[in-house]
Amino acid sequence: MTNPTFERIEADLKSNPVVLFMKGTPVFPQCGFSARVVQILSHIGVPFKGVNVLEDGEIREGIKAYANWPTIPQLYVNGEFVGGCDIIMEMFQAGELTTMLKDQGIPVSAEA
Amino acid sequence: MAMQPAEIEALIKAALPDAQVTIEDLAGDGDHYAATVVSEAFRGRSRVQQHQIVYAALQGRMGGALHALALQTSAPT
Repeated sequence: MTNPTFERIEADLKSNPVVLFMKGTPVFPQCGFSARVVQILSHIGVPFKGVNVLEDGEIREGIKAYANWPTIPQLYVNGEFVGGCDIIMEMFQAGELTTMLKDQGIPVSAEA
Repeated sequence: MAMQPAEIEALIKAALPDAQVTIEDLAGDGDHYAATVVSEAFRGRSRVQQHQIVYAALQGRMGGALHALALQTSAPT
């Protein structure tokens, strides 16, 4: 069970309640799908840590194995994988994303 | 590297024979698709699990040969 990449992923997840593994940075996303999730998180005003997988090939491949999820972006809340771009979009449009974040004790600054 | 819509549909139906699959070529480049999949297999599963079932059906092509597949999954109503 000692996979050094998984340990680094888990360290990020433990120290940040909301983590987005993405291509590019929150300020400068380098993929349309990552950009869309950043836009949603910013819109509902939730603080999050962005991890740029383009800067780290081990994390880029490792995160796919970690969640058994083949694509990026990936959103984690309190260490749990929530979904990729499609799921986050669907949850946001249904109003479930804000509810879920509040239930998880995450501060949300805007009503969406 | 691109995949044909019929190939995507065939892979999904091989794993989920009851599935109703609609595939739309978003960019006309054979590389950016949107798929709607309706199957009994999704009933009672979370969204993440539903998408994982479809990704498993695609046998590793997602994120590789298939760059972008926007997915919408549901059980029949």
